[in-house]
Parts: sequence; structure tokens; C-alpha cells
Amino acid sequence: MRARSFAYPYVLWMALFVVAPIVIIVIYAFTTADGGFTFENFASMGGTYLSVFGRSFLLAIIATAICLLIGYPVAYSLAREKSCLQGIIVMLIMLPMWMNFLLRTYSWMSILENTGLLNRFFSAIGLFDLINAISGFINETFGTNLSTDLEYFEMINTQGAVVLGMVYNYLPFMILPIYSVILKIDSSYLEAARDLGAPPRTVFRKVVFPLSLSGVLSGITMVFVPAVSTFVISDLLGGAKIMLLGNLIQMQFLGSTYNPHLGSAIALIMMVVVIICMTVMNKFGDEEEQAVMF
Amino acid sequence: MKERPSFGGRALTILTFIFLYAPIVVLIVFSFNSSNSRTVWSGFTFDWYVELFEDSLIMSSLSTTLAVSVISALIATVAGTAAAIGFFNMKKRMRGPLLAVNNIPLINADIITGVSMCLLFVAAFGILGNFTGWLNSVFGLDLPTRFTLGFGTLLIAHITFNIPYVILSVMPKLQQMDKNLMDAALDLGCSPLSAIWKVVIPDIMPGIVNGAIIAFTMSIDDFVISFFTAGSTSQTLAMAIYTMTKKRVSPKINAISTLLFTTVLILLVIVNIRSSRQEKKYNASLKAKKSVAR
Repeated sequence: MRARSFAYPYVLWMALFVVAPIVIIVIYAFTTADGGFTFENFASMGGTYLSVFGRSFLLAIIATAICLLIGYPVAYSLAREKSCLQGIIVMLIMLPMWMNFLLRTYSWMSILENTGLLNRFFSAIGLFDLINAISGFINETFGTNLSTDLEYFEMINTQGAVVLGMVYNYLPFMILPIYSVILKIDSSYLEAARDLGAPPRTVFRKVVFPLSLSGVLSGITMVFVPAVSTFVISDLLGGAKIMLLGNLIQMQFLGSTYNPHLGSAIALIMMVVVIICMTVMNKFGDEEEQAVMF
Repeated sequence: MKERPSFGGRALTILTFIFLYAPIVVLIVFSFNSSNSRTVWSGFTFDWYVELFEDSLIMSSLSTTLAVSVISALIATVAGTAAAIGFFNMKKRMRGPLLAVNNIPLINADIITGVSMCLLFVAAFGILGNFTGWLNSVFGLDLPTRFTLGFGTLLIAHITFNIPYVILSVMPKLQQMDKNLMDAALDLGCSPLSAIWKVVIPDIMPGIVNGAIIAFTMSIDDFVISFFTAGSTSQTLAMAIYTMTKKRVSPKINAISTLLFTTVLILLVIVNIRSSRQEKKYNASLKAKKSVAR
């Protein structure tokens, strides 16, 4: 018995449960309920669907950008801490990820609600009274008609809350790959750059950042893919108001508007767009070794 | 990197930690709240923990989660290790495409994996139902003709998305292994099978254990794929939590969070203490060897 035959059962398993499901998605996307070939599933996607596509990608891109803006400096300064401290910090960054993301997202509901903790805090420190007083003052002096009965900021069920949920859930996925790549950078490169007279800013721009690009790219994909396809975050923090691609797909399969053919078409488009994004990303970071999470 | 992080970098790290942990602290604090409000504190109680353990729905979903995680992690570990050994012994021409297919569940968004498997199961059950119906009518049997999604499909889905993680953590260990070991075992009269069992497996054991742990945690944490493949008859803990966030709010949810969080925390601390002890032992033995060599 050859050692390579050990893989044959799994090859069969992959054919059945990895390849076949994707083939079925493609078949469903191009057929009608009675089995005929059609482009109707794609053609019917104009108007509201298009705006859902746009919103999903926009929110996911914003969330990814925020994750990068926060995650990169954190990873960079983390890589320069003492090594025993680094271990603890990395563990502390991973720890929240071990708690189910539904629970963590749920907790944001109680923080962001109209009567939630954040609004209670603002009202306790008199922020709303202050704003109302200022608006009242402006109304008196300029004769405008600003409202003076502000009681809470509307934070939940907004696009901002959804972006916040995405950043919160996926930030560790940005920090960890960048951190692991920065950690591997040979410090003699930095010394060489400094010896050759580069100021710190140039060392970062010309040496550290280019060498950490593979981590940045894998961080971006690890944040963007789940963010663009989420339906839970928009469900919990966006109420029913913020519809994303994930919600659209979920509705076609388990929700009120059961239509797996349309759902497959949407899923197929999402899959193709994600694959295109990944290929472009990999083109950029081709020669670099891939950063690994575990 | 010799220099320590800047003040700004440290401040951002601390702010990130506040951001990451604030919702968790809120969840934990309000699990001891005596009223069922999630924003107003009104006294200390353990009632929600008692109610949690009396909730048969939550307890049964917990046992489903544990069952599916343990079984799928075990099967995925065995199958993934076998597959990795098989892949490793293949020609590169064969291995490349197969590993690419193996990566599909990792790259694909969860929701696409979930809905595509859901479609596959529904289609397969339709064909199976027709077939048993035909058998029944021809041979006068009494086989079931209607099949629904349930624990079986949930388990298949979990095994499918777990195997790639096992392969990814076993593969590097195989590549690090000394190729001569296998040849030596064969020269000394081992059959290929017993060479794999006695030489290869012990050598790659850390990778296998690591893969099993990753598979188990992925399984426990999964919501999206379970959501689409479990049907209405079986429910994992994550699904129960999702249903709870949709209904009237109960602090039982906070109690679950607290318990899960403490469990993970304790496990992580134990693992870390053990590994640092092993490191100390290793270092001590290294020192002893060195002093002997002198």
C-alpha cells in the first residue's frame, strides 16, 4: 500500500462536500424553480439589490480601513515590547475571540441602545443638558429652531453601529498577522538603514512597512471577507434597517422570501468578487511568505 | 528591534484593550444583576445561573455543541492526518490542485459554505427520498422517504470545515521531518504502514494535537455554518444564543457568557503554565547537558 493512497478517502470527501456544493450553487444560480436555464436570477438583481451590494462593500471597506488604522500601530508597538510582555498581550488579544462572537456583539446592543449604558453615561455627566442649553442659547440669539429636548444619541440600528461591530469582531484578525510579520523582520536591516543615515520616519517607510506588507495583506483579507458576508452583526446592531449581502442571502434560504435560486446567484457573485479581491491581493504579496495565524 | 514603543503606541494599545474588553466586562457584571434589565444595576444575585442550569433548551443545545465538536474534531484529526500524509507523498503536480481545493472552505465566507452545503443536503435528500420511494413501491418495503437536516448533516459540515485546519497544522511538521527516518524504518524491516505508525506519527504528534485543538475550538465557536446545516431538529449553543438575542432579553445570556469566558480563561492559563514549565524543564536539561559536556 502506497502512502499517498492515505489521501484518497479525503479526496472523495472533498469532491462530495467541498466541490459538489459549489457546483450546486452555480447550477441553482442559472436555473429556475422548474429546472430551466435562465439569467433571470441575475437580471432581477437591479435597484434595491444593487444598493445592498454597494452598502455591504462600503461598510466592509470602511471597517477594514479602520481595523488597519488601529491594528497596524498596535501591532507595531506590540512587536517592540519586552518579549515576556508580548506573550501576555498576544494572549489577551486572542482571549475575546474565544468567546462566541454572538455574545460579544450582543453586549454592544446593551451599550449602544437608546437607554443603554453609553447614553446613560452621557446623561449622567450632563452632556445632553449642556447640548440642550447651547441649542436653546443659539435659538434665542439667532432665532433658529434647534431642538432642545435631546435625551439620547441614536447609536444602535445605524450604519455606524454595524461598522463598530465589524471592527470590534475582526480587529484581532488584523493585529495578529501584522504583528507576527513585524516580529520576524531582521533588526540588522533597521540598524543598517539607521547607520546609512535614514531618519526614523524613512526607516519605517522604506524598510519596516514594505517588509510587513504580507501581514497587512493577509490581515485585510481576514477582516474583509467575514465583514462583507456577515449577517449577524447587521442583524443585531443594525436592527432590520441595515440590510447587507449576508442578510439578503440568509433570507433567500431560511427567511420569509424563500428563493434558493436567487440566493445562489447572490452567493455566486459574492464568491466571485471575493476570489477576484484575493487574487489581486496575492499578486501584490506574491514573493512574501504568507503570514499564518496559528 | 531594540527600541521600546512610543508613548502614543502604548496609549493606543491600552485604548484597544479597553475597547476589546469593555463589552465583556459589561456582560459579566450584568450576569449578577438582580433585575432583568441589561443596563440598570439593581443588586447582586446568582439567580440567572440557577435558571440557566434549569433551562432544558440551553442544556440540550450545550450537549449538542459538545457532541458535535468532540466527534467532528476526532474524525477530522484522524482523517486530516491521514490526508496530510497522503498529500505529502504525492507528486507536486497532483498535490498542488488538491491543496487548493482543500483551502476552499478556509477562504470562502462561512455563509457560502453554509448555504452551499444546505443546498447539497436538500438536493441529496430529495434524490434519496425518490429512490427509497421507488424501492418501497417496487419491493413493498417501508423505508422512510422524507429526510430532513439534523445532527448528521451538522456533523458532516463540521468535519468538512475542520479537516483543512488539521491538514494545515500537520503539513509543516511533515515537511520538517527528516526524510531519512522513514527510509531507515523501511530498511530495518518495517512495513510502510507500521513505519508510518511507529515513526511518522510520533514525529508529527505536536502538529496533530495542535490541529485537534484548533478543530475543536472552531467547531465550538461556529455559528453561521451550523445555522444553515442543522435544520430545525438540532440546535447548537451558538444557535440557541442567536434565538435568545431575538426574543425578550434574559440575563441568562450573560450568565452563559460569563461561564464560557471563565472556562476559556482557566484553560488558557493552565495551558500556558504547563508550556512554560516544560520550557523551564527543557532549559534545565539543556544546561545540565552543557555542563556535562564541559
